[in-house]
Amino acid sequence: MTFTFFFQNVVNALQWGSFYALIALGYAMVYSILMLFNFAHGDIFMVGSYIGFGVATGLLYLVTSGFIPLPHWLVLVLTIVISMFLTSFVGVIVERIGYRPLRNAPRASAAITGLMIGIILETGNLALLGARRLNFPSLIMSRTYEIGGVFVTNKKILVVLVSIGLMLALDQFVRKTKWGMAMRAMSYDFVVVPLMGVSIDVIAPLTFAIGSGLAAAGGVLYGIAYPILDPYMGILIGWKAFVAAILGGRGSIMGAALAGFLLGFIEIFVAMIFPSTLRDLIAFSIVLAILTFRPYGFFGKPYSAKLRL
Amino acid sequence: MKEKRFYRIRRFFSGTPALGWLLGAFGAVLLESLVGDPFSEILGLPKIPVLFGVVIMLKKPALIPGAFAYVLLIYAIPVILFTRITAKGMNWMADKLDKMPLWFSAALHLLVLYFTLDLWAQVSDYRLLLIKLMLIAIMLTLSLNVINGYMGEFSCSHPGFMALGAYVASVFTVGLFMNDRLFGHALLPAGIGQFLFPIGLILAGAIASIGALVVAIPSFRTRGDYLAIISLAFMFIVKSLIENLEVVGGPRGLSGQPDWATLPTVFIWAILCVWTINNFVESTMGKALNAVRDEESAADAMTVNTRKTKMIAFMFGAFWAGIAGGLLAHVLRYINPGTFGLQKLAEVLAMVYFGGLNSVIGSIVGAVGFNLLSEMLRPLEIFKWIIIPVLLILVMIFRPTGLIAFKHFDIREILKPKLKMKERV
Repeated sequence: MTFTFFFQNVVNALQWGSFYALIALGYAMVYSILMLFNFAHGDIFMVGSYIGFGVATGLLYLVTSGFIPLPHWLVLVLTIVISMFLTSFVGVIVERIGYRPLRNAPRASAAITGLMIGIILETGNLALLGARRLNFPSLIMSRTYEIGGVFVTNKKILVVLVSIGLMLALDQFVRKTKWGMAMRAMSYDFVVVPLMGVSIDVIAPLTFAIGSGLAAAGGVLYGIAYPILDPYMGILIGWKAFVAAILGGRGSIMGAALAGFLLGFIEIFVAMIFPSTLRDLIAFSIVLAILTFRPYGFFGKPYSAKLRL
Repeated sequence: MKEKRFYRIRRFFSGTPALGWLLGAFGAVLLESLVGDPFSEILGLPKIPVLFGVVIMLKKPALIPGAFAYVLLIYAIPVILFTRITAKGMNWMADKLDKMPLWFSAALHLLVLYFTLDLWAQVSDYRLLLIKLMLIAIMLTLSLNVINGYMGEFSCSHPGFMALGAYVASVFTVGLFMNDRLFGHALLPAGIGQFLFPIGLILAGAIASIGALVVAIPSFRTRGDYLAIISLAFMFIVKSLIENLEVVGGPRGLSGQPDWATLPTVFIWAILCVWTINNFVESTMGKALNAVRDEESAADAMTVNTRKTKMIAFMFGAFWAGIAGGLLAHVLRYINPGTFGLQKLAEVLAMVYFGGLNSVIGSIVGAVGFNLLSEMLRPLEIFKWIIIPVLLILVMIFRPTGLIAFKHFDIREILKPKLKMKERV
């Protein structure tokens, strides 16, 4: 194993981990507020990717037909921003119909609703757009740079930079703004904090909206990196990001991001050393071993055995 | 008053014991097998409606009156008339049976049920397959309910247990009794295979319950979400392991299972499953499960051995899941690792939470209802997968623990003679 080969895989793992991290953030944020996992999140990622497809196609049409002359980089930025904005409404709707009526129900019931909303999103997509796969329009020209024998495409750089930037922005938002403070307070205690005038009916949709926006950014970046979309693309990546969110310690936002990258690294490096068909087997065995010896994840605190079960 | 809501309807149906309903259903099915064909011809139907006419109604709206009349004249009216007329006699018989040993009376009822299902299934192969899959679904739902309902964990590993069972049972039958390109010539004559098939199934269940230890041992230290992940990881590991085992066909799957999962076999296994699981959850051990679910540390203080309880519950649930997987492999006669993926997981979870947690009868209702619904709505194609999730979400919103949750399953209570509901003051 040469050094360049190793670094080549580091680059790949960074890109692959970015997707997991962006999606895992949404799981972790919702968990920290409601102590529930939003199992529709993987499909929100898919919806975000499709919305990104629609926005990108529309913008490119406007540009090529000469309506609004926009530079290429602006099209890219607008696509990401508009898709994040639109998808955050999907998150709010999911919260409204799937989670708010069940706030006092057993947690497993909410998990089932989440799963079912996921199926509805997939099927609705299938019914609307048909079973054909869509090609994500290429928003940036692919360029390959060679740095000391390691090949890096500009798409990979874009994916990694945008996702790290979004994570830092989220960190600042949660730590510095008033809304972020409300969210932190709510995650500390969601029974008492509403008595202090912070409504959970505002904070919970906000959390869903931010999580879905991040998932949409992940979806658009995924579309740029792997330009084929199909309605079931969110299932596997969503469940794996869920694993990452738990691995980081439930409710820990930075833990989820780091565990997302870690899962990406595990998967890529397992595929590097062993035959790639063994990827899931070994990656999940490692996850199982980590959780057996460190049952509360990396950054999680050992809660009392019973939460809201 | 809420009690009076459906008072008239409930009163109308209340006077008949279970025996009456079973015999009524048998009569209706007998009627169908005797005059079903000419009758559907008269009503302008192409053939006997397989699923109470719903499929035909959704496919060809022009045939709605015909299908409706068929269901009314063959099923509804004869059953209602029969049960109303014979109510007195049936109550007398149920009373006599009630005085006999319970096993005798239960066996008699099951025999009637079996003949009803058998006769109903003789009309078409589709019905036969549907009933087999439904019985297997009941086993699966019940075994998951032991873990998710009675013990209150959120286990996602059931497809993994099923996969273990399905592959072990298939390797047993295909490897020993069949000429196959993967395993070579048969080692034993196929004639005795039929009798050794239960051994294969028990082996399948045993291997699945050994696999369950992988999930059960981490569950000593953690529960809730972390256990969900551990079980999910287990499911992925099993699937991936089988995909990489070229001995059993790898991702292409394994086919050529003998047709030994006949209706009587599946029926007997399903009854055994319901019986043992019901006894298990009603036993002291079952109560210990509930104690662990409600408050683990309190249960520990009350001398419940929580580790042993968790381990037994996981292994017991996995055992039946493995057997169900083995039967499924022999009903479908082809399995591949993709069968036991996230989709199966969503399906099994949906059945458990639809039917009701912590309840044997709820699991039966959930499995049968979900399967019937899913088959009946088949003509709607993909819109089926919008309607079913919407229904489930509604169930979750209005009854968060499922349709029939936290109910005892008391066979004597079900079989006993029913007196007419008296006017309440």
